Amino acid sequence: MSERDEITLTINGRRHAIRVEPRRTLVDAIREDCGQTGTHIGCEHGVCGACTVLLDGAPVRSCLMFAVQADGKEIRTVEGLAKGDELNTLQRAFMDHHGLQCGFCTPGFLMLITGVLEREPDISDAELIDVLSSNLCRCTGYQNIVKAARAVAGDMRRQRTAQSGN
Amino acid sequence: MAPASARTRTKHVGQSLRRLEDRPLLTGRGRFAADISFPQQLHMRVVRSNFAHGKLRGIDAAAALALPGVQAVWTAADVADIPPIDFRLSRIEGLEPYRQRLFATGFVRYVGEPVAAVFADDPYLAEDAAELVTLDIEELPAILRAGEPPGEFEPGRSTEPAVVRKGYGEVDAGFRAAHTVVEATLSIGRHSGVPLETRGAIARYDAARDMLELHGAAKVPHWNRDQIARMLGRSSWSVHLFEGHVGGGFGIRGEIYPEDVLVCAAALRLQRPIKWIEDRREHLIAANHSRQQQHRVRAAVDRDGRILAIDDEIFHDQGAYMRTHAVTVPDLAAAMLPGPYRIPAYRANAYVRLTNKTPCGTYRAPGRFESTFVRERLMDAIAARLDLDPIEVRRRNLIASQEMPYARRLDTLGTDIVLDSGDYAGLLDKALAAVAWPELRKSLAVRKAAGERVGAGVALFVEKSGLGPFDQVKIGVDTDGKVEVISGAASVGQGIETVIAQICADALGVDYRKIRVTHGRTDRIEYGLGAFASRVTVMTGEATRIAASALKVKAIEVAAELLQTPAELLDVIDGEVVRSDAAAGPSMSLGAIARALAPGSPLRHGRPPGLSAEGWFHSNHMNYPYGVHIAVTRIDNDTGAVAVERYLVAYDVGKAVNPMLIEGQIVGGCAQGIGGSLLEEFLYDERGEPLSVTFADYLMPTVREMPPVDVLICEDAPSPLNPMGLKGAGEGGANAVGAAIAAAIDDALEVSGAVTELPITPQRLKRLLRSERKS
Repeated sequence: MSERDEITLTINGRRHAIRVEPRRTLVDAIREDCGQTGTHIGCEHGVCGACTVLLDGAPVRSCLMFAVQADGKEIRTVEGLAKGDELNTLQRAFMDHHGLQCGFCTPGFLMLITGVLEREPDISDAELIDVLSSNLCRCTGYQNIVKAARAVAGDMRRQRTAQSGN
Repeated sequence: MAPASARTRTKHVGQSLRRLEDRPLLTGRGRFAADISFPQQLHMRVVRSNFAHGKLRGIDAAAALALPGVQAVWTAADVADIPPIDFRLSRIEGLEPYRQRLFATGFVRYVGEPVAAVFADDPYLAEDAAELVTLDIEELPAILRAGEPPGEFEPGRSTEPAVVRKGYGEVDAGFRAAHTVVEATLSIGRHSGVPLETRGAIARYDAARDMLELHGAAKVPHWNRDQIARMLGRSSWSVHLFEGHVGGGFGIRGEIYPEDVLVCAAALRLQRPIKWIEDRREHLIAANHSRQQQHRVRAAVDRDGRILAIDDEIFHDQGAYMRTHAVTVPDLAAAMLPGPYRIPAYRANAYVRLTNKTPCGTYRAPGRFESTFVRERLMDAIAARLDLDPIEVRRRNLIASQEMPYARRLDTLGTDIVLDSGDYAGLLDKALAAVAWPELRKSLAVRKAAGERVGAGVALFVEKSGLGPFDQVKIGVDTDGKVEVISGAASVGQGIETVIAQICADALGVDYRKIRVTHGRTDRIEYGLGAFASRVTVMTGEATRIAASALKVKAIEVAAELLQTPAELLDVIDGEVVRSDAAAGPSMSLGAIARALAPGSPLRHGRPPGLSAEGWFHSNHMNYPYGVHIAVTRIDNDTGAVAVERYLVAYDVGKAVNPMLIEGQIVGGCAQGIGGSLLEEFLYDERGEPLSVTFADYLMPTVREMPPVDVLICEDAPSPLNPMGLKGAGEGGANAVGAAIAAAIDDALEVSGAVTELPITPQRLKRLLRSERKS
């Protein structure tokens, strides 16, 4: 158990050189070794999605991966969404639509939605519901999370179009 | 710059304002229990019983202790001096021997019961070491059904610690006079709140100040502080609890459990901070369960379906021990069962039975989710028996608004139940209108005729809220004009910072965004009752209004002197004391008044230093919000799955402080109700081995199982018990879901009384479909 690997986790563009046991989960490494506690642990077996982060752009359950598997990959977490004090569109939509109560599942939903909308900006409402059903929330009954996600889908689409037009 | 006419006050109460809580939670800067760490901390891992019932013959920790980095392994012998965990609510005589100790002592009584604890330098290591602790347990037969005759808890004590008896009127005479007697046996499954954040507790002892701190507290920090101090033989002043962010409460989180006391005792004795974070499997077998009851109920009715008497026998499956809630849940079930109806005679005997399962406590709408299911099933059964419309039967029995306040002649939680205000029939009308009931019935009839299994169900309920007996709030203004409200309430994610700030903002005359609401800290305020029983908006809200009003009077009085203006002409608007009758004129900010009242200020003129005030609100009665649920369901004939197509909750909250947050509470509660009605259930095998130990077994609704939920918030019956008319909103979304969905499924099956058990899983529904085919 004293055997440790040297790895580098790149989280929100910042490199963290850490030494971890091979069995250390990615979420523990993100939280405990890199100090980014915004990513939460809800079930440790990949069902609830509270630990969802983006790994090279794709949403993953960071409780189901070992830290060593993320060596050298680009990780994005909830801490990377806002620009300084300015919330991004999705964060603002969650606030406007009351898409969070206790806030524990929120980082997972934010990263899930971010990952999906970046990859599939034209996602249909039904497909969006399908994706959102992969995470659990115990407070909101989901209605307002769906509203926030739908509201921002349009915004992100427009943003993307504007960017590609440049 | 000055406005042309007299300045007007911004209204906050009644507005759907954005939450003050959201920003840190949206940016990953929340401080949940697992986010708290202290240098040199040890990690605790609990070794739990793997038998439901057995004699504990021995514990061998030698292999665990041999691992480098393991600092200690504790068992019952190490904490024999610490008393069992006491009752917080609904204490009755004779329960003491059934309380839970920190570790199993002599016997184990449920799978998951703490038997030992490992303290190690690293959490992975602590878990490794815990697996090396071997338990020698001689298995005994498990008691698993509360409805069967009681067994033995220990020599000389049965597994029935108490029977809760409630009632009034001549029940037997009611049955003798009955035109018809309707009977049913109805069961509610074992569910729990299952917050997304598991429990966590981090204790540290500061020997320099002789101060013990517990972080990760929730719900009832002051009560827990006093208990921990008592259990560890310390003065209350030398123990403080700190609430960070709490990832959902629902009744279950924040009660004192063995682990909370263990980390405190270990911090004192091992002289290192101790961190314990529960894993999900532990949570599902060790934190409070709830709900499981069987009711054998009878109603006596006259020929018109008017109820003459109800007689209910409740078998309450408490699990292995009596925890902090004592008999709260069976007591509430018995006391609240009559709901909105005029019931001339009533008797409920609740048999509290221990079983070899996880001990129980409260879960959102405790006792009411259960008893509403029972009562509304009974109303449907009466309608079916007398061939009356279910809604008409309800109307005939509803208490009229003119009868308010209505003394129920029952008590619960130490208060007499007096329904304070309500127009039950009026809300039923509004709810039916909101779903266009006649048209809905017609469209369902058309779909049924086309072969679809669809149906609608209606359920009514009375909630309770605003439990006293007191709340204290302190408000202070700093020299920059920023306001702090300090309360002994707690946040479990429901948005109390926003709600309390809104109330303070209106009473004081400041922008709600300039108000900091501090809660969950025993070092900042002497008293507090925390967050449960939908009490915070009512009790803390009114204490806040009182404190803010007093502070405003004080500010105006000082300003009147300094501005040489009569106090009657002054008001506080946006944090400035101004003339209320003119657009311009002298003004003074609250910050400037605070500076004038600074201890060394020459302007203070003998007044007590500081711009601050305190408010107390006392209340001996709860108040009673009420609601109507309407569900539309569709059954899949092949799979037995039930889809909820549509849902309406109509709820009279007296006065809505923030409608957006109330709607959030209701929809969230409704989701939990749907879970408990269709999906969620803690199951055990015949040896008492829990079968629902992961989120793959204990199924909670995802977005896909949720219908669109319409929420109709009404303010037709403000509470006369507080000046704003406030009632609570936390539990009305969950209360009647089981009842409404059961009625909707009956309607879809076209079999009255088909549903007798929650949750209505596909397996149970397939059984109903099969029995239908046979008959």
